Amino acid sequence: MKVHVTDLEGNTKEIEGTIGWTLMEVIRDGGVSIKAECGGACACATCHVYVADEWMDQTGERTEEEEDMIDLALDVQDGSRLACQIELTEALDGLQVTLARDAVL
Amino acid sequence: MTTETHETDAIIIGAGPCGLFAVFELGLLGLKTHLVDILDRSGGQCAELYPEKPIYDIPAIPMCTGQELTDRLMEQIKAFDPVFHFQEMAEGLTKLDDGRWELTTDQGTKIVAHVIVIAAGGGSFVPKKPHLDGLAEYEDTSVFYAVRKIDAFAGKRIVIAGGGDSALDWALNLQPVAEKVTLVHHRDGFRAAPASVDAMHALVDAGKMEFKIAQLAGVNGDGTNMTSVRVKSKTDGESDIPADALLPFFGLTMKLGPIAEFGLNLNENLIPVDTEKFETSIPSIFAIGDINTYPGKLKLILSGFHEAALMSQAAFLVCRPGERLRFQYTTSSSDLQKKLGVR
Repeated sequence: MKVHVTDLEGNTKEIEGTIGWTLMEVIRDGGVSIKAECGGACACATCHVYVADEWMDQTGERTEEEEDMIDLALDVQDGSRLACQIELTEALDGLQVTLARDAVL
Repeated sequence: MTTETHETDAIIIGAGPCGLFAVFELGLLGLKTHLVDILDRSGGQCAELYPEKPIYDIPAIPMCTGQELTDRLMEQIKAFDPVFHFQEMAEGLTKLDDGRWELTTDQGTKIVAHVIVIAAGGGSFVPKKPHLDGLAEYEDTSVFYAVRKIDAFAGKRIVIAGGGDSALDWALNLQPVAEKVTLVHHRDGFRAAPASVDAMHALVDAGKMEFKIAQLAGVNGDGTNMTSVRVKSKTDGESDIPADALLPFFGLTMKLGPIAEFGLNLNENLIPVDTEKFETSIPSIFAIGDINTYPGKLKLILSGFHEAALMSQAAFLVCRPGERLRFQYTTSSSDLQKKLGVR
């Protein structure tokens, strides 16, 4: 499976995904810079990504814990998610996300 | 500003788990330590990011929280009497003529030591800043990431942004002295304590505070003084809130900070070290824990503990030249047990 990650400059990189990994882990492993400071514990908001509109149904709703952490995110949009809280499944093959500024800077 | 100069054997930059355990390992070898940390308490990421989250991979501790790990380490190092310099950032490092290092903090504290141990994790925790054009021009005059004196906000029109405890607590604490407080948050829900949220809603209902579901969109002013904060809301679009002060509370993020200027070789904001001494490119400056890198590095607390033990052996030889390094076990050594205060 593949995921498509767009960075702050607008460049999109296709990354090989692994089912069962989180999106954050796949991005980090795929050589795209993402802060993910707490390492995937849903304890910060530095793996903030925007899920493309057409993928929002498949990625599902934010959990309450994630919703609370997104309070620490900047420039929150409808598609705002923490990449560490999206577990990759077959249905997410082709997923498109854009890194938020606070996941990089 | 303080001008006192402290003298010790080792200065540890960062009071997270690895810095704390370094106190222990250095202490067993009879070395005294001072620690510098930007946070107001020990624990580093364990205390700041996940005090309540469980950790399962500390040897012989099946489960503990970040705070429990910190508390246990503090207890373990108590006998060594480390000196903590909290809420201070290690800023300048100078080599003295006698071969020792003088470290200066942003608060003016000076500490002289034989060795420097960088245990700074992901760097210093600093406030996360909103991405708004021109924001930097108003920092420290109209834009603040912390409240030092409530009086400074008397009679001011204040916009507070965020939905956590800092945002809610300061909205509630500044409301009595401010001319007006407007709380800006992107949703109706809050991660802050429910009692604070209730208190905020009560003030809003009584007409004593404004709450706007919106996000920060900009700051306006003449370049010296801010005059209003622009916000954008999904329902009402953009609008300006007249304001003298803006307090954004979006938590902390980690930046390497002044360590980057110490002259050390860096590799993508990590400090390369050897795996015998965990020494950096500059002799007698060591780096342990998440901030270092070497082939096979794993960013685990347990790896940092191992690094602290090996680093201490090398640090001893720098601090006590000519003395023999005696390898002993805490189980059997009366000398070590005396140092630990159990004998």
